[in-house]
Amino acid sequence: MAASTTTGNFKVIGTRPIRHDGVDKVTGRAKYGADYAFPGMLHGKVLRSPHAHANIKSINIDKALKLPGVKAIVTAKDLPQAENKLEQAGEMTINPMYLSMNILAHDKVLYDGHAIAAVAATSPHIAEEALRLIEVDYEVLPPVMTVDAAMKKDAGILLKDLRNKEEGDNQTNVAQHYQFKRGDVEAGFKSADYVIEREFDTAMVHQGYIEPHNAVGIYNSDGHATIYCSTQGAFDVRSLTAQVLRMPVGSLKVVPAEIGGGFGGKTTIYLEPLSILLSKKTGAPVKLIMSRSEVLRASGPTSGSKIKVKIGATRDGKMVAAEIWMAYEAGAFPGSPVGAGAMCIIAPYTIENFQIDAYDVVVNRPKTAAYRAPGATNAAFASETVIDELAEKCGIDPLDFRLQNGVKEGSAQVVGPPFKRIGFIQTLEGIKHSPHYKSKLTGKFRGRGVASGFWFNAGMQSSATVNIHADGTASVVTGSPDIGGSRASMAMITAEVLGLPVTDVRPITADTDSIGHTDVTGGSRVTFATGMAVYEAAKDAERQLIERAAKFWEKKPDEVEFKDGKFHAKGNGVPPMSIKQLAPRLGRTGGPITGRASVNARGVGPGFATTLVDVEVDPDTGKVQLLRCTIAQDAGKAIHPSYVEGQMQGGTAQGLGWALNEEYFYDAKGNLRNSGFLDYRMPTCLDLPMIETVVVEEANPGHPLGVRGVGEVSIVPPPAAVANAIYRAVGVRMTETPMSPPKLLKAMLKHRASTQHSAAAD
Amino acid sequence: MPTVVIPSLLRKFTEGLERVEVPGRSIREVVRNLGDRFPGIDQQLLEDGDIRPSIAVSIDGEIATGGVLDAVGESSEVHFIPALGGGSV
Repeated sequence: MAASTTTGNFKVIGTRPIRHDGVDKVTGRAKYGADYAFPGMLHGKVLRSPHAHANIKSINIDKALKLPGVKAIVTAKDLPQAENKLEQAGEMTINPMYLSMNILAHDKVLYDGHAIAAVAATSPHIAEEALRLIEVDYEVLPPVMTVDAAMKKDAGILLKDLRNKEEGDNQTNVAQHYQFKRGDVEAGFKSADYVIEREFDTAMVHQGYIEPHNAVGIYNSDGHATIYCSTQGAFDVRSLTAQVLRMPVGSLKVVPAEIGGGFGGKTTIYLEPLSILLSKKTGAPVKLIMSRSEVLRASGPTSGSKIKVKIGATRDGKMVAAEIWMAYEAGAFPGSPVGAGAMCIIAPYTIENFQIDAYDVVVNRPKTAAYRAPGATNAAFASETVIDELAEKCGIDPLDFRLQNGVKEGSAQVVGPPFKRIGFIQTLEGIKHSPHYKSKLTGKFRGRGVASGFWFNAGMQSSATVNIHADGTASVVTGSPDIGGSRASMAMITAEVLGLPVTDVRPITADTDSIGHTDVTGGSRVTFATGMAVYEAAKDAERQLIERAAKFWEKKPDEVEFKDGKFHAKGNGVPPMSIKQLAPRLGRTGGPITGRASVNARGVGPGFATTLVDVEVDPDTGKVQLLRCTIAQDAGKAIHPSYVEGQMQGGTAQGLGWALNEEYFYDAKGNLRNSGFLDYRMPTCLDLPMIETVVVEEANPGHPLGVRGVGEVSIVPPPAAVANAIYRAVGVRMTETPMSPPKLLKAMLKHRASTQHSAAAD
Repeated sequence: MPTVVIPSLLRKFTEGLERVEVPGRSIREVVRNLGDRFPGIDQQLLEDGDIRPSIAVSIDGEIATGGVLDAVGESSEVHFIPALGGGSV
């Protein structure tokens, strides 16, 4: 189901061809990081902290080094001193010192699973045995596990260099305070007829990619090195590794393998510098692969959070004031997505008066990494349930309440600038007109909930080349690892411009030496920004092809027109010529043709989504069964509708898991007790209904094809939509995630007790 | 003259002013002139002569990509906002 404002008489764009990498994937030929093997390759393993918070008094590697088969061991002593400063690295900012401290603990371990040493040996089993022989003397410290504990005045301090820049310059666990303010909040609340104020807790959750982190490092004696790894950004791996190891960027080549999921979690580095350090010490290629437990204990989840939301509305349903306080767990080092969360929390709505204070807080948990619309899902869980409650107070349908307050073109963003052309209202209307919304939900303990979400989407740098082959086919080369079907989209854009069948275009993801700089596959940016580079590169190839056709016909380029995949000479009876006919003549007319383009993309179109969900709650156990779910999302222009729908469904599935089951469960000592997929409960296909999609196409004027990013915003609304559905099913407003059976049952029993108490009092 | 919208935590440098008009044809000139008028605020925005990595610049509603080099029009509206993304590594 789609609603479109995108114009354009496309032949390829908007169709659903089979993905070019499909055959390799289903036949097992696609090469993932763990598949790489080289002669003489060694195997690495990482020793990790059993403590959440401890000083490292000493590390003794003597016994481990003597174990036959062990070739090298590295600790933080092998890492160069990294700079304590903030730098831009693609979608993220980077502090090389903290990154280095996360790769290998320097003088302190800061979470259960923090890396301490890495071993290279002739087999993985020997390397693992060697880990047991490394002696670490710890001084165990009390763990600081929550933002509440970390923000107390007498809280244990995690990082000695972290200072409160706003007052006193004292040591602190609060790394950053953001504030966004507009209008007169006090006066706004005075004008409100209804004010709802609630406090929310969301649990830390993991991206849950199926493929664990991996890296093979090969250090050459000439000082150059190559890394093969699973990553969302080969150029980011190169830049981050170079910073940590203080190597020139040009001395590193990163080859991105096929990727088995990332969702933001593979935008940083863990094993890559270790593979190079160990390879440098041994002179051999070294391969490291995380276990599932290591992935969960030590690679970036997203923040748990505490959020307080107060919103006021007038009787007729106009939201007039908001006051919001939010604190996100950054993990062991600064850098949670709380700033982004703050900018998203009321982004879909026009509220004239607001103040948002947001705090980035370090705790003894793994350093958080990006996760699909980082920070926005926690935020929407809080704001969208309060908005639902306000709609109820006003006696207005929750969809109509959102329609009444929703942002449109020209509405001011939280950060100030006005929105350009956006499709939020269309997502609400898309849901309103959906078969799901029009259907009746009947039965006891069943409820329907709606919620909306916003994500900025990103632009950044991308490069592309389009090569015309002698048979008139083409290849399109980019530096964007394909995590969601982007290769097909790049081929489709090329095919559209050049008038070729999409099967005649071969999409390639290149390594860092073979294509111009390309930022991370993240921020929903690839189809937008890399797609923009591909479009420009194909247009460059088209321009050159026109010149060649003109040369062949002994005409001027402006006397040749390219239309419907054929070159037409103006003004005489020369029959048109296809690319296939022209391609063999490229040598005689000047040589091969390569279209090129590099962009630092502007004109990003933000994304909005609205989700509708039906649930049934088991009154005896608190288990929530998802009955039906529909998402409407603005894609700008869906290049490959199946992959747009796939992103919408995938993000929704993750959001539903976040809503109902997923959480990091730590014991009192700060040890993670559910570091496996049996206990870290992600939804399976048995838990989910078919997720219905409504693709809204409100063209982005900043892109030649109208494209917006589609990879992230779908994860934002589901937890709030589920909470709102649960309320309508059993009358309980949930204020924490996950809304798992024990938590919901507890809330239901409390609700029943208070209802019975009220009835008795009456 | 371009209008600069001051982030709320930097309004202590501008005596609480949210919007100020500052001359300049580029972000570099605007920030320099902003610093001349409100001493210290330029240091909050700049590092090594360019916009700090933690800050993004919006010119007329669009995130700019050229740091201090971006051109600013006579009636442009400039916002300094946190650089978005997945946080820090």
